[in-house]
Amino acid sequence: MPKLTVKSATLLVLAVLIAVTPFFFPSGYYYRVGALIFVNGLAVTGIVILTGYAGQISLGHAGFAGIGGYACALAPEYLGLHPALAMVLGAAVSAVLAYLVGRPILRLKGYYLAVATLGFGILVSMVLNNERDLTGGPDGIAVPELGLRGVLKDWGLNLSNGQFWYFFCGIVLLLGAWIALNLYQSPTGRALRALHGSEVASGTVGIDVARVKLQAFVISAVYASVAGSLVALQNKFITPDVAGFMHSIEMVTMAVLGGAGSVLGAVFGAGILTLLPQALTVLAEYEQLVLGLVMMLVMIFLREGLLPSILRRLRGRGE
Amino acid sequence: MKKTLTTTVPAALIALGLASVASAEIKIGASVSATGPAAFLGDPEAKTLQMLVEELNAKGGINGEEIELVLYDDGGDANKARTFATRLIEDDEVQAIIGGTTTGTSMSILSVAEDAEIPFISLAGAIDIIQPVKPWTFKTPHTDRMACQKIFEDMQKNGFSKIGMISGTDGFGASMQAQCKDVAGEFGIEITADETYDPKDADMTAQLTKIRNTEGVQAVLNPGFGQGPSIVTRNYRQLGIELPLYQSHGVASDGFIELAGKEAAEGVRLPGTALLVAGLLADDDPQKPAVTAYKAAYEGKFKEPVGTFGGYAHDGFALLVDAVTRAGSSEPAAIRDALEATQGLAGTTGIYTMSAEDHLGLDLSAFRMLEVKDGSWSMVE
Amino acid sequence: MSEFLQFLFSGLTVGAVYALVALGFTIIYNASDVVNFAQGEFVMLGGMITWFSHAAGLPLPLAALVAIIATAALGVAINKLAIGPARGAPVVSLIIITIGASVFLQGAAQLVFDKQIHSFPAFSGDTPLRFGGATIQPQSLWVIGGALVVFVGLWLFFTRTLLGRAVLATSNNRLAAQLVGINTNFVMTLSFALSAGIGALAGVLATPITLTAYNVGIGFALKGFAGAMLGGMGNPKGALAGGFLIGLIEALTAGYLSSTYKEAAAFVVILLVLFFMPQGLFGRRSTERV
Repeated sequence: MPKLTVKSATLLVLAVLIAVTPFFFPSGYYYRVGALIFVNGLAVTGIVILTGYAGQISLGHAGFAGIGGYACALAPEYLGLHPALAMVLGAAVSAVLAYLVGRPILRLKGYYLAVATLGFGILVSMVLNNERDLTGGPDGIAVPELGLRGVLKDWGLNLSNGQFWYFFCGIVLLLGAWIALNLYQSPTGRALRALHGSEVASGTVGIDVARVKLQAFVISAVYASVAGSLVALQNKFITPDVAGFMHSIEMVTMAVLGGAGSVLGAVFGAGILTLLPQALTVLAEYEQLVLGLVMMLVMIFLREGLLPSILRRLRGRGE
Repeated sequence: MKKTLTTTVPAALIALGLASVASAEIKIGASVSATGPAAFLGDPEAKTLQMLVEELNAKGGINGEEIELVLYDDGGDANKARTFATRLIEDDEVQAIIGGTTTGTSMSILSVAEDAEIPFISLAGAIDIIQPVKPWTFKTPHTDRMACQKIFEDMQKNGFSKIGMISGTDGFGASMQAQCKDVAGEFGIEITADETYDPKDADMTAQLTKIRNTEGVQAVLNPGFGQGPSIVTRNYRQLGIELPLYQSHGVASDGFIELAGKEAAEGVRLPGTALLVAGLLADDDPQKPAVTAYKAAYEGKFKEPVGTFGGYAHDGFALLVDAVTRAGSSEPAAIRDALEATQGLAGTTGIYTMSAEDHLGLDLSAFRMLEVKDGSWSMVE
Repeated sequence: MSEFLQFLFSGLTVGAVYALVALGFTIIYNASDVVNFAQGEFVMLGGMITWFSHAAGLPLPLAALVAIIATAALGVAINKLAIGPARGAPVVSLIIITIGASVFLQGAAQLVFDKQIHSFPAFSGDTPLRFGGATIQPQSLWVIGGALVVFVGLWLFFTRTLLGRAVLATSNNRLAAQLVGINTNFVMTLSFALSAGIGALAGVLATPITLTAYNVGIGFALKGFAGAMLGGMGNPKGALAGGFLIGLIEALTAGYLSSTYKEAAAFVVILLVLFFMPQGLFGRRSTERV
């Protein structure tokens, strides 16, 4: 067998998963779950760049998801933009904001960075909650239809709503993964990883530490923003929950749980944490108990994350 | 340890598939916020639905057919609620859905239900849920706009024209705040102080001091649910504010009096339902049988006081059972038509009469103005 | 003036609760460099266990004692089972572990207790005390007093006792501490017991004012964390100041500016302080070892 690079192997695995699993879906509901996994996977890929590559923490990335989501609700209404362009606008706003906020924030380290990003996320969610006249407040706001499904239908490709979003989100995830993997091999990616090892050391070998960190922060904000837009467009409705603290935690947990060092690991983590609440409905009362337990156990016993640990074990068996 | 972890997840996934194997003739889905910030509303709703289904099946079901309830907890998250609505319809293949504790979750569920043409009875307050009328969506709680109207009616009667408001920033409080500000003018009422608090706040004396120091305020209204209104009520007495205090239907339960303290709660008024004054209802009150039966069953089983929100779930279920019985069929379309034709159904909240233009079927008379007197609810004439 | 005084009382009441939570963060951080996001759950447990035992017939002081001891034991268990085994893990993993513990405790509390809101009687009655036209609940004085007593106790402990210095030594350099004969395991156990106990004490003192339910913990944790970071993590002085500051900023913003954005004001202040003083108000400056 010819040797695959990590990049093509990752993309191949993702593409096959997206294309093949629908053949095993017993009902339309599974398309919905699949689409959610891909959207979460996309947001988490951003966290891989920030946390896995660059070693920085953010407890406020849901704030960017909120900006992306509400851009899709507000830009079509107030600016007359097409929802697809609204998504781009949201990503641009997120990027600019990440740049402005990131410059001072990223000088902080560890828990100080955590509380600063946390504060940023809370501020965004507060604005979304409180500016009721604009955002609809905690009850949420309607989001216009993307309209792509109708276009595909005219071209003779008739998909159900669930199927459309499954494949659409799947393709966006593939795109996001491809970009992240290219970044990994680029000079910026190498600088990021050096940073993860030791900031002081990478500074002394001539890496512009502040600039590289800021790049990672901005890119990951764009990922979160696009994911937020996709949730909004798919649901045709959005509430400030998307920007909430627990959503930020969820993103980081998905990334670290699956294995923040690799795109595939992170997507795997997104899959596990998206499926878990669905699987736990059979023991609804114990859902939080089990979720907390899983978070602790994986982090204690499988420190590099689920996927790397599983892979290592499989490899170990093969030898 | 590692081994058990990797095997439990697939096992749970299998269970996920198996969960929908058992089949019954009539399958009802529910997605409520039994946990999360709206758990105080969703938890009694979930308990009520489970209790009522058990009761009904013990009595032989509807037209001899058993009912199966598929209940999910959406934690108050709109995105999750949409997923569960999709699951209920596409995977569990339910014939009708009750739920949507908050307005956000209700809006999510209704868009799925409308697309799939499955009747949905919402348990949330906002008027947007049924206005404009959507063919497959109904709801049981009176709107928050109606609560505002009922309160303002009472204020008008007492000659108040300038009031202060202190609202929770959660969905319930914010929505009611907006509706009240919108209708206040119709009752010649001016809101001269408008404050808010976070549902997690521990002390509201700063906001209340501001309201007290506003010129000419004659009464204060507090839209909100959870612990906030209890703390507001305590702080209100602590500051020695003598103006009448109005709460919303969000805290219409005996639990509120207990938490705020009997002394502090004395004299508080709110628009409540017959459920809170079950013992005081006239014997010929058409709501009396439904109210007393539900109260006895719920309080007997769960050892906690009934509240308005559990009552909404009770009424949602009663509407559905009534519709299925009359339709003589459990086809979604037949249930929908029968729901729309509901006539004079006495629930805990009020007496429902639906029509093609009205998918709520309650008017202001469903609300009763209640006041705390000697530590318990009494009716205001 | 009476208005200002009222805002001040409001801020001090709330700030004292935040300060107590922040002080709890400080101890664990000092001993292990871990910020324990489950700290808020200790507050919740303090309130819920007290309510539960009181409702089951125990007199209030005894119920409170049961709550504090049980929560302290739970803190020790969390250290032994979850945080100890993860020693040396990156900050992100530790955050997830402690948030996992927080989610777990919430899940357990809703099963063991219930999902309703609860309270128990204030210790010295409900008759408000009047000062210069403003009022304060007697229970607020209990909370404020509690925060001050705990602070003084901790300060004495860390500066005047051998054991307290052993905790600080363990935090600075675990290996060196072991080499000079400090039983670091005991130090860790003690720190978690102390921290959880203080959290529970906060719950006991605050519940008559704030009320309690299974899901109130995360709110306390966020505010306490913010307070501790504002003051400078690891310094009891910073925790006390940070907690009170956040309470005061919130109350004064609510009173003079906008109640809607009072929490925003608190976080804006935190962000500004961190921009200019990356170690918080009273934090230690440290250089990173390569």
